[in-house]
Amino acid sequence: MSREKILAAVKKNEFSQAQLPDLEALNSLTANSGDLALQYTTIASAGGSFVYEVADMDAIKAILQKEFKPDVKIVSGIKELDDYTYAAAVAGELAHSFADVELTILQSNLGVAENGALWLTESEMNVRVLPFISQHLAVVISRKALVPTMAQAYTKIGNADYGYGAFISGPSKTADIEQSLVIGAHGPRSLSVFILP
Amino acid sequence: MSNATGKSHPELAAAFNKDEPRVDWHDETLWWVRAKRDIAAHKLPEWELLRETASQIKNNVLSNLSSYLEQFEANALKNGVVVHWAADAAEHNQIIHKLLADRGINRMVKSKSMLTEECHLNEYLQEHGVDVIDSDLGERIVQLAGEPPSHIVLPCIHKKKEEIGDIFHEHLGSAKGESDPKILTETARQHLREVFLTRRAALTGVNFAIAETGEFVICTNEGNADMGAHLAEIHIASMGIEKIIPERKHLGVFLRLLTRSATGQPITTYSSHFKKPQQDREIHIVIVDNGRSVQLGREDFRNSLKCIRCGACMNTCPVYRKSGGHSYHTAIAGPIGSILAPNLDMKKYADLPFASTLCGSCSNVCPVKIDIHDQLYKWRQVIVKEGYSPKAKTLAMKAMAFTLSSPSLYRTAGKAGRWTFKHAPFAVNNQLNPWYKHREMPKSPEQSFGEWYSKRKEEKK
Repeated sequence: MSREKILAAVKKNEFSQAQLPDLEALNSLTANSGDLALQYTTIASAGGSFVYEVADMDAIKAILQKEFKPDVKIVSGIKELDDYTYAAAVAGELAHSFADVELTILQSNLGVAENGALWLTESEMNVRVLPFISQHLAVVISRKALVPTMAQAYTKIGNADYGYGAFISGPSKTADIEQSLVIGAHGPRSLSVFILP
Repeated sequence: MSNATGKSHPELAAAFNKDEPRVDWHDETLWWVRAKRDIAAHKLPEWELLRETASQIKNNVLSNLSSYLEQFEANALKNGVVVHWAADAAEHNQIIHKLLADRGINRMVKSKSMLTEECHLNEYLQEHGVDVIDSDLGERIVQLAGEPPSHIVLPCIHKKKEEIGDIFHEHLGSAKGESDPKILTETARQHLREVFLTRRAALTGVNFAIAETGEFVICTNEGNADMGAHLAEIHIASMGIEKIIPERKHLGVFLRLLTRSATGQPITTYSSHFKKPQQDREIHIVIVDNGRSVQLGREDFRNSLKCIRCGACMNTCPVYRKSGGHSYHTAIAGPIGSILAPNLDMKKYADLPFASTLCGSCSNVCPVKIDIHDQLYKWRQVIVKEGYSPKAKTLAMKAMAFTLSSPSLYRTAGKAGRWTFKHAPFAVNNQLNPWYKHREMPKSPEQSFGEWYSKRKEEKK
């Protein structure tokens, strides 16, 4: 069987032991007590996201009402934003049935200041394909959920169990044609991030 | 890409070099990407420690690879993922074909996987009646053009937007003469959305596989891997044995390095962690050796297995930038490809380690600190010793060794050489001299050091 053959060949050719490096020194260098919301906003905006610092859910509602027509299909994973289809209520539907969703609004509990990335697991997404198939994506995050770098992000994730999780750092994009940046490749054409206090 | 033409790197590079303005454009585009990498790297004061840490983690991986592979497999199985093992490209392709055939699937969508390029999966599946559509925009473009990718991160970096416009007009019905990247990308979006929604099988590559948890991570900017995988009944992920990293927290090192090195972005748009299949869906992982365990045993070259496929060595390489990815006639072009390919077939790829100036820029930008240019130099020695070096070079080297071994012959040859350079430079600076073709000949000195030294001794007497 190939499994045994491969493992035996690898074992034969492994060489002298090398210890795993300690990450503490590296991680302490990236610990940072600056204004993470400001850093996040700067980086995420440069990556094509629209970032809003808002006071409360009502402020988010007002912005969404202004940006999106009432007759489009909007799915919300957030209980307080209840003008829209509640994601948990439709989580059992076929993934393909979300192909006509114009906007999806989801909660993230972890954001990274150095690169604008937002961590979402299947439980926040409700349906794995939702943040990808939707024409536009909005994510709500609390200021307290921001960390400086990926090092702190993985410390916070720890050994959490999930079926699927993703860091999402902006709208879907490509520069495959002559290195010209085009927003809206296969996934959302925009990412709006709402930072709550 | 197999070297169907049988042509070597110098011959293919010569063909690429016929269009000088295009070479300049190619050169400048890649250098621009390299410059973006520099800006991103210089923003992190801890960059060098990050590289060193990544390199050390990979050292640990390579010294414990068999146990990490077993750990990864055990955890993946616990997560409900099916694990397959393929000793070589043929077995990899057979496994995938069987998975599809057993389910009556004859159409598949595929996101970027250089391993499947290495295994020539698309060709194999097409021969067996399976239609494969590449969903990364750059890969779709070269697929429609009937070409292999010319760069691992930027697959169609060699193509002008007007040419892409023509391809899209022919295959996807865009307006004739349309070359606006925005409009062409939208055309591809509409075309591929229909593909994502109608394919029952999706294949992806793997950027990192975590032994500790059995999950694997895929990085894209377009979201194409996720669109394919989440909509399909079966998600097949192909990975080389070297993709393993020990623990989840190590992603915090590699994800900080990967995209900064590749394109200068702080991270890709999507870094997707696949751990368990969705309800009533399947995830299969195919773990592939295909020569990697042999490379692991080559002490001088095992470090090449640390590669995280960022492409930084290509963007910075003066030879790659001026000869184009296709001149390397292998799936992974550029400096890293030139140390991976001879391991697969030393004879077929004997020319590649010579496609370098050994300037060392590749090693300087490598995020996992692979000694790329040293390995290129070492491969040259192995290739010559094994008798695979390019013929003209071997003859010239033999003549040189013979000349250098005889003091009188050396003096005569030196004199003749200097005379020729001075009085008849056309005799060496021409198309007949394969050495000159790759090099600018130096100006000949009036006399040799030997002559100067004995003259000086005489004058002193």
